[in-house]
Amino acid sequence: MGIQKTYEEINEKIRRGEAVVLTAEEVSQMALTCSPEEIAERVDVVTTATFGAMCSSGAIVNFGHASPPIRMEKIRLNGVPAYEGLAAVDTYIGATACDSENPKYGGAHVIQDLVDGKDIELEAWGKGTDCYPRKHIKTIINKETVNEMILFNPRNAYQNYNVAVNSTSQMKYTYMGNLLPNMRNATYSTSGELSPLLNDPEMKTIGIGTRIFLGGTQGFVVWPGTQFNTSKPKNEHGVPMSNSATLAVMGNLKEMSSEFLQAAYYEKYGVSLFVGIGIPIPVLNADIAKCVSIRNDQIQTTVLDYGVEGTPMLGRVTYAELRSGEIEVQGKKIRTAPVSSLSKARKIAEILKQSILAGEFEISKPVQMFPTNTSLKSLKETKGGDAK
Amino acid sequence: MKMQKKRYVLKFPPQSGDQPFSYHLVKDFDIRINILRAEVWPGKTGSLVLELEGTTTNLKNGIAYLQENQVSCEPLNKKITWDHVRCISCGNCTAVCFAGALQLDPEKWELQFDPEKCIVCELCVPACPLNLFKIDFRE
Repeated sequence: MGIQKTYEEINEKIRRGEAVVLTAEEVSQMALTCSPEEIAERVDVVTTATFGAMCSSGAIVNFGHASPPIRMEKIRLNGVPAYEGLAAVDTYIGATACDSENPKYGGAHVIQDLVDGKDIELEAWGKGTDCYPRKHIKTIINKETVNEMILFNPRNAYQNYNVAVNSTSQMKYTYMGNLLPNMRNATYSTSGELSPLLNDPEMKTIGIGTRIFLGGTQGFVVWPGTQFNTSKPKNEHGVPMSNSATLAVMGNLKEMSSEFLQAAYYEKYGVSLFVGIGIPIPVLNADIAKCVSIRNDQIQTTVLDYGVEGTPMLGRVTYAELRSGEIEVQGKKIRTAPVSSLSKARKIAEILKQSILAGEFEISKPVQMFPTNTSLKSLKETKGGDAK
Repeated sequence: MKMQKKRYVLKFPPQSGDQPFSYHLVKDFDIRINILRAEVWPGKTGSLVLELEGTTTNLKNGIAYLQENQVSCEPLNKKITWDHVRCISCGNCTAVCFAGALQLDPEKWELQFDPEKCIVCELCVPACPLNLFKIDFRE
């Protein structure tokens, strides 16, 4: 029986300014010469991070009531449709929402403009009721005028993600970037050995209630993310070899910064939001020390052909190969490029490390762990689409 | 003599379409030209992206000859702007830049732009999810 630390013991060290904190990249280097037992002895917290486009993101906003009041039954923010089915003056603006007339400015841009303190035009319509007589309002809102604005992202921080190539003779425009014809490029997305869920593949320390870095402030993991899948094949290091677990996260949008929350538009695809997430992993024992020591050459992912319906699998590669600039798939050498920012992810891991060292950020024991036996359903079409 | 290689964007006035400028650059100034891109609209302006290679003196004289003939000639790097302050170094532009002008530094993973490798294919313009590239090729 080796070393075993509790969350509270580590927090005590953080409060005393004695905790040893490394980034996931630093601990992977340390593991080249140290055993998991030694790492568990010496290191208390390892910081992980990612900064990628995460489409399943959005914000809850409460506008406050006007006089006379309106029950908002159709809502536009800078022309972008926002959800109208949440009481009178609550809304949810999804990152990918947009008006088809103006596809390059969407929900993610509204969210970023709110974060930046810019004025947003709110226009809303209602049918008029006895208690909400007004039928139309057009006004300006911003970060200061709204009651709450809360980032709530149903699916972020994918545990691993596939590599995209395109075998057809036409350019393919995707959320994995613009894929050149005849497999002339390959794009990949996660931050590899720095990526949160690849450092805790069985989620022994990450669960509901985990305090995280989100968009420049402290946020929380609030639920397993949508499409949470624990049944993908794993390699000999216990890491799933394609996209599997996900996180639902939440945080105060008023405290966030567009340095870590960036709107994006992908040609012929649509709008998305780059989200900066950092997760501290407490090194409770040698088992967790081993998990956080994972290196890019030990993490594999799956190469999929985005040019063909059903995105067939073409092979498997490691993140070390992806980072080298070239991979080999079915005997063909293909140039690689990331589509999420490793430099930003490193910055987040470092900020998180510094704030733990400064005693400003404590680790939290999950209130409840994630399910361990989930799989994914696809959408079946019933005959004629009729309910029986 | 030291040879120099540099990329330029040339713009032709409408009345210049019948003059063999590239012939004179080669013949009179001993400049090796590599046409990277050409857009010529008879009766309107035309533009060329050229890589010029020659001695410093010959390049200077060749460019002066073009300018005497109302052909503007500007270094290519002045025609491409990239808002590096807002750049997040995601890498999307490097995926399409087969010329290798846009690359992530393998240490820091920050975007580097080498205008000497750019062939003005313009694929980076729509590939950037933040719309940070501006190419002034036709103006």
